[in-house]
Amino acid sequence: MKIKVIVTLKNGVLDPQGKAIQQTLNGMNFGNVEDVRQGKYFEIEVKEKDEKKAKSLVDDMCKKLLANLVIEDYKIV
Amino acid sequence: MRSSVIIFPGSNCDRDMDVALKKFGFKNQMVWHNDQSIPKSDLIVLPGGFSYGDYLRCGSIASKSKIIKSVIDFANSGGLVLGICNGFQILTETGLLNGILQQNKFLNFICSNVFVKVKDKENKYFKNLKKNLLELHIAHNEGNYFCSDDELKSLEDNSQIAVTYCGADGTENESTNPNGALKNIAGIFNKNKNVLGMMPHPERMIDKYLSGEDGSLFFKNILDNFK
Repeated sequence: MKIKVIVTLKNGVLDPQGKAIQQTLNGMNFGNVEDVRQGKYFEIEVKEKDEKKAKSLVDDMCKKLLANLVIEDYKIV
Repeated sequence: MRSSVIIFPGSNCDRDMDVALKKFGFKNQMVWHNDQSIPKSDLIVLPGGFSYGDYLRCGSIASKSKIIKSVIDFANSGGLVLGICNGFQILTETGLLNGILQQNKFLNFICSNVFVKVKDKENKYFKNLKKNLLELHIAHNEGNYFCSDDELKSLEDNSQIAVTYCGADGTENESTNPNGALKNIAGIFNKNKNVLGMMPHPERMIDKYLSGEDGSLFFKNILDNFK
C-alpha cells in the first residue's frame, strides 16, 4: 500500500527558499504571488493491507525521522 | 585524555580533527559509524562534513546510525561529547541538543573566519580559558540556528548558550551574524554542559602559519580542565 506524506515548515518559521521562489515568480510577472512555502513529498510503499495500520506506521515514521517537529509539520494524505 | 572521532559516510573533517587532537596530546582513535560500541573514551567527537550527503535534513540519517545509541548513553552518563558543524547538526537530530540548524538566511554557503564570544565558562570546555573572543573558521550551508521561544528561554535561563557570533570587538548584532542564527548563536550546550555543539571549526585553527591558533587554545583548555 502506498502512503503519501507532505512535510512543510511550520507557520512562522523562516523559509528562505520559498521566499526566493516567490521573488523570482514576482520578477517573472506573476505579480499576484504573495507567499510561497516549500515542502517535501514522500511516497512510502508499506507492506500492509490495512490502511489504518499502514497510516499509523507512517505516522510513527514521520515523528521519528521524516519530519523534525521543531520546525516542520506533516500531513498524511 | 582518550578521545574517539566517529566517521560517518560523508564526514570530511574527521582527519583534521584527528590531527588536531593528537597534536595536543589526546590519545585519539577513529570509530566507524556501523560499530556497536565505542572504545573507552573521555571525549567523543562528531566531526564536520556532509554525512549521508545531507539527505532528508542535515544530520538526520547519521542520527539514526548504529553507533549513536552508544554516543547517547555516553552523553547521558556525563561523558564529554563535542559536535562540530555537521556534528552539531547530528546532535540536534538525536535530541541531545535543542533546536535545529536551518539553511543560512541568504541561501549561501559561507566559508570564512569569524569571531565568537564565549558566553559561559562554567563547563569543562571553556573553564579557565584566558580569552573571551576566539577567531575560528566556519564552512556551512545550514548553520542558521533555530529553536522555539520556550527552548530559547530555557537555554538562556540555564546558561546553555556556549558561543555567539560577534565582531572583532565583541559586538553582537545583525551585521556580525553570518547566517541568520537566532540570537547570533554559534554553539550550545545540553543542560549538564557535557554535550557541546558548535558550527565553527576549532580544528582548522591550530597552526599560526596556516590560519590562527585560537583552536589550539580550545583543545589545550579541554586537556587542562581534564587534568
